[in-house]
Amino acid sequence: MTMRTEDMKITEQKEVAPKIFKVTLSGELAIALKSPGQFIHVQVDKGIDPMLRRPLSICDVNLEKEELTLIYRVEGKGTKLLSEKNIGDSVNVLGPLGEGFPIENVKENDTCLLVGGGVGIPPLYYLAKKLTNKGAKVITILGFRNAGDIFLEEEFAQLGEVIITTEDGSKGIKGFVTNAFKGLSYDVFYTCGPKGMLRAVESEAVTAGFISLEERMGCGVGACLACVCDYTEPNTETGKTYAKICSDGPVFKAGEVRI
Amino acid sequence: MSRLEVKLPGLLMKNPVMPASGCFGFGQEYAKFYDLNRLGAICVKAVTVEQRAGNPTPRVAETPGGMLNAIGLQNPGLEHVLEHELPWLEKFDTPIVVNIAGNVPEDYKEVARQISKVKNVNAIELNISCPNVKEGGIAFGTSASTAANLTEQVKAVSNVPVYVKLSPNVTDIVEIAKAVEGAGADGLSMINTLLGMRIDLKTGQPILANRTGGLSGAGIKPVAIRMIHDVSQVVNIPIIGMGGIFEVDDILEFMMAGASAVAVGTANFVDPFACPNLIDGLETRMDELGIDTLSSIVGRSSALCNSNR
Repeated sequence: MTMRTEDMKITEQKEVAPKIFKVTLSGELAIALKSPGQFIHVQVDKGIDPMLRRPLSICDVNLEKEELTLIYRVEGKGTKLLSEKNIGDSVNVLGPLGEGFPIENVKENDTCLLVGGGVGIPPLYYLAKKLTNKGAKVITILGFRNAGDIFLEEEFAQLGEVIITTEDGSKGIKGFVTNAFKGLSYDVFYTCGPKGMLRAVESEAVTAGFISLEERMGCGVGACLACVCDYTEPNTETGKTYAKICSDGPVFKAGEVRI
Repeated sequence: MSRLEVKLPGLLMKNPVMPASGCFGFGQEYAKFYDLNRLGAICVKAVTVEQRAGNPTPRVAETPGGMLNAIGLQNPGLEHVLEHELPWLEKFDTPIVVNIAGNVPEDYKEVARQISKVKNVNAIELNISCPNVKEGGIAFGTSASTAANLTEQVKAVSNVPVYVKLSPNVTDIVEIAKAVEGAGADGLSMINTLLGMRIDLKTGQPILANRTGGLSGAGIKPVAIRMIHDVSQVVNIPIIGMGGIFEVDDILEFMMAGASAVAVGTANFVDPFACPNLIDGLETRMDELGIDTLSSIVGRSSALCNSNR
C-alpha cells in the first residue's frame, strides 16, 4: 500500500513571496510518491476548526532525505494555521494521492512546455526536474499578478528557459500566460493553475497535453464525490460520465474533462 | 456473545460501528486502507434507478466543527451497482446495508425490489432525508403520512429489513418516527444532515453551487443525541445513530441515548482509519467506565426491541 497517513515533521518553513509559503516535511511518505503532480491531504491541526484536511500539491521531493516540499498560498484558516507551524512541529499527512503527470512517453530531446499560474506553479517544478532528468528540454511560462508575487523563477531557470508574465506588466510579458505562446514550438504541454487559465491554455496549445485541476475536497481518496468534474465523453474504459478530481485526477489529458 | 456485538434486524454486527451512507462510497476506496471485515457493517452510498450526475461544484464548504455538503445523490445507478459494486463486496462477510433513493415511490420500489434480492444485501436504508435534491429525498421525510406511505410501499416489495433514515429538518421527528414504525419499518437511522448555508464574502453568494447543503460533523452531535433520545422513548424498533461521531465516547453517548448501533460519516474524511480506530478504542473505554457489554447500555427502544424478538 502506497497511500497512508503519517505525522510528518516540519524541517523548513519560510515566506517566499507575499502570503506564499514554502514548507518542507520529513517522513517516509515522501518516498511513496509515484509521479509529479500527485498531492497530499494535510491535517493542519488536530482541532475541529478547520476540520477537513487541505489538499496541497507537491513542489519537490528529496528521496534521500525523505522530504517533501510544498509551496502554498495563505488563503483561509487552514493554510494560515499551517503557515504558523514551526520547524520541529508535525502535521498529519494523508498521501500520496491522485494520478500525476504522465511522462513515460516523453523522449530525450523532446521539448515540453510547462505553463503555471500562481499556486498552480509548484507541482510543475518536480515535473520539470523529472523531465530534464529524462533528457527532455523544458520551457516554462510562469504567470503572476505582479512582479512582487514571483516565486520559483530561479529554480525553474536552472532547468530551462523561463518566461514570466504578469497581469500588470510589472515584469516580463504583460497579460496572461497565453500571451507568451507566440513563436514557441514544443512536443507536449503540461499546465496547472486557475480554471480560466487552463481553458485558455487548452485552446491556445497546438499539441497534446495535460492539465491539473484543483477543487474543494472532502475525503481526498475518491469516496465522498465532493470534487467531481464531467468527462467530455463518457470514459471509454468504465463508461463513467464523471471523474473524481482527487483520485482519477488531479491530472487529466487536455480535452478529457470539462473545465 | 462478544462485548461489542450488537444484533439488529438483518444485521448481526461484530461491533456497533458502520460507515454512514454517502461517506464511504461502495467501500473500494477505504479497502485500500484496511480490511473492511473489521467493520460492524457497511452502509453504501445512495442508489437510484438511473445514474445520477449530482450537483455542480463546489459541493462542500466547511464550518467550525463541521462541513456542508451538497453532493446531490450522485451514483452510478441500480444496474451498475448490481453488476459491479455489490459483487465486489461479496469478498467481505460483514453485513451490507444499501441506502436507496428516488424521485417518486415507484423509483424507491424498483430499487428496493431488485437490491433486496441480492444475496449479500442484509438491509435497506430508506433515504427520505437527503436535503440536496430537488425531487424525492427530504420531500418524503418531512410529512409523517408521506413518510409512512412510502415506508409501507417499500416494505411490501423488500426481502430484507428496512431502516428509515430520518431528517432532523422537521418540527417533530417523534411523530415521523412513530408513523414509519406504524408503517412497518424494521428500524430507524438518524439523523441525516441539517440544512445550512454559507456565504462567500468576496462574491456575496453562497459558497455551495447548490446554495444550501447538509451540515454534518462534530457540531451536530447534540442535536442527534437529543432526537435519538426522544425517539427511542416512544418507538419499539432499533435506531442506528449518527451525526458527528468522531470519538469513542461519542459512540457510547449515542448508545446510551438510545441507539443500538452507530454510523460514522464525516470523520472518515478527516481520517481514513476513523472507523477501525474507533472500534479498537471501544473496549478500553468500556473498561474504564465499567461497561460490561454494549448491549447493556443501549437505550430503551433497543431494550424493548430485543425483548420482543
